[in-house]
Amino acid sequence: MPEVKPRIQWSRWVADKLATIIAILCVALVILPLAAIFIYLVIRGIGSLNLAFFTQIPKPVGETGGGMANAIVGSGVILLVGSAIGVPLGVGSGIYLSEYSRGQFGKLVRFTADVLNGVPSIVIGIAVYALLVLGHHFSAFSGGVALGIMMIPTITRSTEEMLRLVPNSIREAALGLGIPQWRSTMSITLRTAMSGVVTGIMLAFARVSGETAPLLFTAFGNPFWSTRLDQPIAALPLQIFVYAISPFDEWHRLAWAGSLVLIVLIVATSASVRWVTSRGFVAGAQ
Amino acid sequence: MGSAANPQTLGERVGLIPRRSSRASRIADMGFQGIVWLCAACVIAIVGFILLQLIKGSGLSLHQFGWKFFTGSDWDPVNGNFGAVPFIYGTLVSSLVALVIAVPLSLGVAVFITEMCPRSLRGILSYLTELLAAIPSVIYGLWAIFVLIPLLRKYVEPMLGSTLAWTGLFTGPIYGVGMLTAGIILAIMIVPIISSITREILVSVPQNQREAALALGATRWEMIRVGVLRNARAGIFGAIILGLGRALGETMAVTMVIGNRPEVAKSLFAPAYTMASVVANEFSEATGDLYTSALIEIGLALFIVTIIVNIFAQLLVWTVTRGTPRRANA
Repeated sequence: MPEVKPRIQWSRWVADKLATIIAILCVALVILPLAAIFIYLVIRGIGSLNLAFFTQIPKPVGETGGGMANAIVGSGVILLVGSAIGVPLGVGSGIYLSEYSRGQFGKLVRFTADVLNGVPSIVIGIAVYALLVLGHHFSAFSGGVALGIMMIPTITRSTEEMLRLVPNSIREAALGLGIPQWRSTMSITLRTAMSGVVTGIMLAFARVSGETAPLLFTAFGNPFWSTRLDQPIAALPLQIFVYAISPFDEWHRLAWAGSLVLIVLIVATSASVRWVTSRGFVAGAQ
Repeated sequence: MGSAANPQTLGERVGLIPRRSSRASRIADMGFQGIVWLCAACVIAIVGFILLQLIKGSGLSLHQFGWKFFTGSDWDPVNGNFGAVPFIYGTLVSSLVALVIAVPLSLGVAVFITEMCPRSLRGILSYLTELLAAIPSVIYGLWAIFVLIPLLRKYVEPMLGSTLAWTGLFTGPIYGVGMLTAGIILAIMIVPIISSITREILVSVPQNQREAALALGATRWEMIRVGVLRNARAGIFGAIILGLGRALGETMAVTMVIGNRPEVAKSLFAPAYTMASVVANEFSEATGDLYTSALIEIGLALFIVTIIVNIFAQLLVWTVTRGTPRRANA
């Protein structure tokens, strides 16, 4: 079949091509900093990643060497506390929204979760400070509470969405067998949507693991070993911040290495989530 | 199923659930519903609690300064004088600079991904832009200090100074740190949020709008402009406002590059200070109740402003995406 080419005005043709070129330029301009950040992290960071980095605590100013072992462990402790708070509350309210909510209260919860999601992390830090630190002292526990609060809205909304993907026929089948509703929700609806729910949890986890602002006056940081919940504790993002704004080359080196470790953890988490979801475990619930 | 003598349900008979009286299971059901209701109520309680703590904590400063707090530009902790104008100015201007840079970029990216690029590139490009959102703020700050700032100081800012000085925005000494740097780093950080929401909105524009435009002989760009962008205006505006909400509250990266000087200067080269970064820098070393209280009041203002901005944006996005059929394969 002969191709019919519509004749269009020259200026319209130019505008069309120009728009495409501008759009491609925009993409290039956005990818450029992304590439630059990753390249710099690898170049500046990889040289300092050695055994000492993962096993030693920071050396005092002026001495070379030392590592961020306490900050890595500290981040782990804070994130554990955060997850212990954020995961049950988030999944619980997600279940409520999807399975039980009727009417205004559900709408209010959904709306409040969105509001909480938009609250600047530093403000959450202030509120937790006022509750847990004021009158006591900086502690790992208060840092965990701040991160836990930040995890809740993400987990709530993703859990709700995933549970809503489970077809009603499955719930009806379970209830038809005489299984009580709570059991049907936990063992059948939630289990069907499990991979999706876990995905949401992992993404929330990845998101808060790089948070610095809410830890500034809760976990506070600590140059020594500590895993106690009632004491100030080091955290990887906090340590990166302190080292980055310091005037010492040795500390800058450690900041780059710490950032590389942090970004590898975050990207690995989100990439594995992406891999799992693309394999259709989540889509299978539809 | 089940005779009168054997009142088991099918589920009990096949061993899926232990046999129990219906009363016990009703209590268990109510208990479970109560627990998940409590979780949901917690979400509301937390937001209420944050607001309460902020109001309580800022009481002293609210009482002492009243509305003058938001009109005074003197920030003098030594003499107990606190005015928030430099910080409000810094937050607004740095976010505005970020929007000026990020909005065209994000729209370009969103349009390219949804309307122009080959299907095989779509997934990878959306993944890459979302990867930008996964980078922690503190890493943006680190990168900006050691890579972006030297670059701006050596090449970009002198060039802007020599060509655009007449605007008054690019004058004065060049430090590298300052309002412009903060705006640029914020722009990079809010591009993923604006572009991903815009993408969602473009996808929700019905396919027949595109077909109608093409059928009238429109070029691809005309189809995008008339058939897609015009229909998505309100939603795109919402996406931009959501980006603004993110920029207003962003703390770490801005604190590391804005120079932290509480002054109102017209030039974008000059160091400035934002609401979030003054809290980050001074809160843990604030001496005296009034100082702490003034910082908490700044936090309260930030909280209220971001909530209003986010609600407004959410409403705009909803008006567009709700009720429209989704085009398959974003």
